[in-house]
Amino acid sequence: LASKNHPLFSLSQQCAGEEKRVGTRTVVVGHRPVSEADAYVAQKFCDNRIVSSKYTVWNFLPKNLFEQFRRIANFYFLIIFLVQVIVDTPTSPVTSGLPLFFVITVTAIKQGYEDWLRHRADNEVNKSNVFIIENAKQVQKESEKIKVGDIVEVKADETFPCDLIFLASSSTDGTCYVTTASLDGESNFKTHYAVRDTTVLCTDEAIDSLTATIECEQPQPDLYKFVGRIIMYRSNQEPVARSLGPENLLLKGATLKNTKKIYGVAVYTGMETKMALNYQGKSQKRSAVEKSINAFLIVYLCILLSKATVCTTLKYVWQSNPFNDEPWYNEKTKKERETFKVNGFVFHSVCSSVILSYICKWQGDFLHQGKVDFGPVEFVFTDKTGTLTENSMEFIECCIDGHKYKDCISEVDGYSQTDGPLKYYGKAEKSREELFLRALCLCHTVRIKQADQVDGLIGHPECKNTYISSSPDEIALVKGAEKYGFTFLGLENDFMKIRNQKNETEMYQLLHTLNFDPVRRRMSVIVRTTSGKLLLFCKGADSSIFPRVQQEEIQQTKVHVDRNAMDGYRTLCVAFKELTQKEYDRIDRQLNEAKMALQDREEKMAKVFEDTEADMHLIGATAVEDRLQEQSAETIEALHAAGMKVWVLTGDKMETAKSTCYACRLFQTSTELLELTARVVGESERKEDRLHELLMDYHKRLIQDVPKPRGSLKRSWTLSQDYGLIIDGSTLSLILNPSQDSSSSHYKNIFLQICLKCTAVLCCRMAPLQKAQIVRMVKNTKGSPITLSVGDGANDVSMILEAHVGIGIKGKEGRQAARNSDYAVPKFKHLRKLLLAHGHLYYVRIAHLVQYFFYKNLCFILPQFLYQFFCGFSQQPLYDAAYLTMYNICFTSLPILQSRHSSVPSAPCLHCVIIPFCSSQTKWVGAHVTTRCVFQVFGNWTFGTIVFTVLVFTVTLKLALDTRFWTWMNHFVIWGSLAFYVFFSFFWGGVIWPFLKQQRMYFVFAHMLTSVSTWLAIILLIFISLFPEILLIVLKSIKERSHQVRNKMKYCTVFLQRPLLLSTR
Amino acid sequence: MAVNYSAKEEADGHPAGAGPGGGAATGGGGAVKTRKPDNTAFKQQRLPAWQPILTAGTVLPAFFIIGLIFIPIGIGIFVTSNNIREYEIDYTGIEPSSPCNKCLNVSWDSTPPCTCTINFTLEHSFESNVFMYYGLSNFYQNHRRYVKSRDDSQLNGDNSSLLNPSKECEPYRTNEDKPIAPCGAIANSMFNDTLELYHVENDTRTAITLIKKGIAWWTDKNVKFRNPTGDGNNLTALFQGTTKPVNWPKPVYMLDSEPDNNGFINEDFIVWMRTAALPTFRKLYRLIERKSNLQPTLQAGKYSLDITYNYPVHSFDGRKRMILSTISWMGGKNPFLGIAYITVGSICFFLGVVLLIIHHKYGNRNTSADIPN
Repeated sequence: LASKNHPLFSLSQQCAGEEKRVGTRTVVVGHRPVSEADAYVAQKFCDNRIVSSKYTVWNFLPKNLFEQFRRIANFYFLIIFLVQVIVDTPTSPVTSGLPLFFVITVTAIKQGYEDWLRHRADNEVNKSNVFIIENAKQVQKESEKIKVGDIVEVKADETFPCDLIFLASSSTDGTCYVTTASLDGESNFKTHYAVRDTTVLCTDEAIDSLTATIECEQPQPDLYKFVGRIIMYRSNQEPVARSLGPENLLLKGATLKNTKKIYGVAVYTGMETKMALNYQGKSQKRSAVEKSINAFLIVYLCILLSKATVCTTLKYVWQSNPFNDEPWYNEKTKKERETFKVNGFVFHSVCSSVILSYICKWQGDFLHQGKVDFGPVEFVFTDKTGTLTENSMEFIECCIDGHKYKDCISEVDGYSQTDGPLKYYGKAEKSREELFLRALCLCHTVRIKQADQVDGLIGHPECKNTYISSSPDEIALVKGAEKYGFTFLGLENDFMKIRNQKNETEMYQLLHTLNFDPVRRRMSVIVRTTSGKLLLFCKGADSSIFPRVQQEEIQQTKVHVDRNAMDGYRTLCVAFKELTQKEYDRIDRQLNEAKMALQDREEKMAKVFEDTEADMHLIGATAVEDRLQEQSAETIEALHAAGMKVWVLTGDKMETAKSTCYACRLFQTSTELLELTARVVGESERKEDRLHELLMDYHKRLIQDVPKPRGSLKRSWTLSQDYGLIIDGSTLSLILNPSQDSSSSHYKNIFLQICLKCTAVLCCRMAPLQKAQIVRMVKNTKGSPITLSVGDGANDVSMILEAHVGIGIKGKEGRQAARNSDYAVPKFKHLRKLLLAHGHLYYVRIAHLVQYFFYKNLCFILPQFLYQFFCGFSQQPLYDAAYLTMYNICFTSLPILQSRHSSVPSAPCLHCVIIPFCSSQTKWVGAHVTTRCVFQVFGNWTFGTIVFTVLVFTVTLKLALDTRFWTWMNHFVIWGSLAFYVFFSFFWGGVIWPFLKQQRMYFVFAHMLTSVSTWLAIILLIFISLFPEILLIVLKSIKERSHQVRNKMKYCTVFLQRPLLLSTR
Repeated sequence: MAVNYSAKEEADGHPAGAGPGGGAATGGGGAVKTRKPDNTAFKQQRLPAWQPILTAGTVLPAFFIIGLIFIPIGIGIFVTSNNIREYEIDYTGIEPSSPCNKCLNVSWDSTPPCTCTINFTLEHSFESNVFMYYGLSNFYQNHRRYVKSRDDSQLNGDNSSLLNPSKECEPYRTNEDKPIAPCGAIANSMFNDTLELYHVENDTRTAITLIKKGIAWWTDKNVKFRNPTGDGNNLTALFQGTTKPVNWPKPVYMLDSEPDNNGFINEDFIVWMRTAALPTFRKLYRLIERKSNLQPTLQAGKYSLDITYNYPVHSFDGRKRMILSTISWMGGKNPFLGIAYITVGSICFFLGVVLLIIHHKYGNRNTSADIPN
């Protein structure tokens, strides 16, 4: 996608200077000065032009060329080309110039076309018409003319032309619906709210009368964050300030739905909109292809340079003898005598090498459009909810004051009666029951979507009311309450409507919502009943609720919570407290203050929340079931069998997580569990000592006491015992951030060692940041293993970004994880195929690709090098120029492109240096000896052609040997490229080419084939060159066979799951 | 080799779809295109595949078979090669005792030419057609400066190149402002010793007929090399305006008396122009045809070689040789190729045996020992 490497970064920086980034900006609504006294100074903001294109007509050529030659390979190649033009070298400049020219032209055309498309798209956006309210009149303008402070009118189904603060809409309650599908891919409708005081200004005239300024932070790319305040001035009144949050901000790129029109004031325009800032592209993880090819290039260049040095030195040594330097039959020209000659061998070899580097890069890009390597992933970090499980919640049971309520009939109707379908295990007081159910009905952020409202969307025709929420738990709870007779009817003008068991409608005024966040792990609402009572309802994880309620209430509920958690249900506790008017006023003031803050708003809010949610009364707890995703157990088993270590990082309770882990077979029954949790460590003062004790103990068990795997493999196998580790957030922070610094790193190390020994690790009660911390810790261990993170929610984003490979699951919690990931999959089970098939294949292909390039180019260069010893180091090319150019482009490039399924040699480095060395050595020495003995009659081009023929055949057949799966494509390219070589050679030698200065290949190939001994020699040499290869394969197959038999039992699962990878040998 | 046809596992569900990506770059939305690849065998990498299985059981017989093929071929080559008669004689004259020692420091333009005669004896008779070669050592015909110093279009009879040779020919391009034909270092240094062979019987020398045609590639003589074209066939007129190479005693149109072996299509010249691969090389000089079926081409006995010694090699430490050789179906004498085939074949065979032993010993033991687990 073009947007991935968008060039916006540099542009936006020009737009918003560094100094403007910090602090806030003040926007004057409608450009009307606040008071006559203040001289209105128009602040300069950037205009609303979106520029995603890189070039203009004028700067295309220089800029594009500059960009292209900034790449090392291109630049290098250019230098070589220039040197070849200036200095006399063995090969003509065309040899390197032609591919260079070709590459540059093709790339330029491609980039030019892409940029033209971008220009067109930019124009479409920038020239689109928008309506701006100026002097109480609508003025039609082009989108790019919008300035910060303009009041913009947007009609239904139009996209917002810039980031707007929502002032008023056609609907009287000041809401509008927006879909942000093109921004973050979430296609559901989101409700945005107009500033409370401006909702009435819903005509052109009215909106024009508004005098206000908006203070807000400088643009930042986070789509879900916005901090600002609006100050409205009215004649003869004190200015009124209101806080502005993301719910008031309409983002450029989003589309207005189901609302006739809205008014908004532009705050961020053009390149400063959140959308534009978001296309700056995250730090790209470098692709494996590029890395390995670069490494390969460096090694290769080193080899070439050393060769060139050797050759040059020897050349001058050789030339010191005048008979050698200039015998009578081979005199230098005048010019040659005068100029000091650079040894062109360098260039000659290098240029061919750079050609190949191109081909490498192209082919690499072609084969692997992905960015990140799956390589040999060693650690898989997975989220639990929504990743391992479905995240489709079902209300199972609840407990009120320690009494369990569970419905035993799943399909019921008429549950508006008190005790119809429900089976009570003992009964709590009626009033407590009702309080609990009201709490479930009120304490949430669920919205109701009426069917007629969402006519734009398809999918909910069956039910009239659809609950919409960012968290499936809440929907399950609201639906659960509905079963017990309390139905949430919706939110109207700050009043929440509930139909109770007696079919009466109760109204509650929603005063404040203390939103859920994963750190606090709870949420609250403050409501006012019709009778004027102020109530705070709070629900959250037991660990965050229990410390905030009366201690004597906990015990009876805790039993239920623990039992439910053991069953693998997600539990939530519900608490409430009554507020006095005075208390409420204080809270209200604090909350508004915090909301108004432009700096550190989150911290301030958190503090107020903390203070507010205290001294509550526990009413009960709920249990919600989250079913495992299909095949997640099989997937985990497969990953285990493939030798990967799977860590589950979850925010859930330990018990819940543990039972899920058993269910998805992360822990087997045979797995010995090590626990490092608050339960084991205890809560006492000495918990750190206790922890250290435990750590040492585990360490001893796992590492020190395990006998060294000496002797037969069999013994070590029988002794191996799977260990699983459970750790929770608080203990982890104790280990990672200990109170006393002494020996902290020591324990951290021990912990790490324990972790690495365990096959499965469960980390529960994790905050998002801790998840990332864990990933980082593992990532930075010795050997830097490749890590992979899977998650679906916003709380997994940090971990996804941290790991080498981030995988997002498009779950029910929005698209944030998927947006930040390298790959997105719909279900956890796809991970198996992604990792074990695609990932492994990818790795195999890359490894094979690079090794093969190394191999074939060493084979190519070495005979050349050796030939120098026999031609007086005069840099005489061994092969004809056509062969030189065609070798990497035509003769040997296609087969590797198609070699999708081939084996990787076991000892890559050693293998790929020694084998080609050996084989080219044999090839050359063979050809040389043969020629010396027999073919002294043959010319140098015939000799070169013999060597080249052997080379092409060897290199291609080596690939054939490596190919495990022969599809028709493989047959076609391998035999095809050999046939092409033969055909080309005949053709090339069969004609006197008028454009060539020298007809050196004329009939050489055909004549070569008339000699029987040439045939015999070529066959023998190909065989000898491939012989080490064949031998290696045979030895390996014998070794693997015995190995395979030995581990038959252990690996049989692997074989079942990886039919592509481990062929039945 | 055992093979196994297996269709690869069906790709089940959906391919791992890319994320939502960037969406439309400029927020324009646009038509939603599905990015799902077509469900074709090719795109889903589900092509039927043939999977060769390399097991010890299939590879070991292959080793034996290769061994069994290579060894007889090698023996065949070796025997054939041994039946080829070859006689080589160095006539450089480095040793003071050599008859050609007097000519050692000869120069190009010494008149009269230095001549010497070397007597030798063939122990065995040469039965079939005999090829007569001259060989040079330490002569770098493959030097880059030397290899490129020629003008193929001039040699191909191009009239404009004849009078304006390529720059590559420098410093042998022009002489006294006249273009050199043929230009370049290769042509300039053409081998110009004359070798004559006599059979000596009872002190009478019988000249042996040396055939000088048919020693160059047919395509070279008929296509690649051509005399310039023009009115008439008088080569002297056609080469008008050019001068002879500096080191040549006579111009190119006087290389031979026969018109179809004169000028650029002189076969000695063509042979010389095919630059050798290595500094030690031999080039075909003459053919000696077998006259009757009863008599060998060269019977065993005494021979004498008359040399017109024109070509100086002493200055660069070179050597000159004369080689007489018969040929067989596989070309000239080549014991190396046969030995190589025999060696490789034996190694294959030997390795086959070794691997077989390893396979039997270890492969079986392991299976029996560990399967109970």
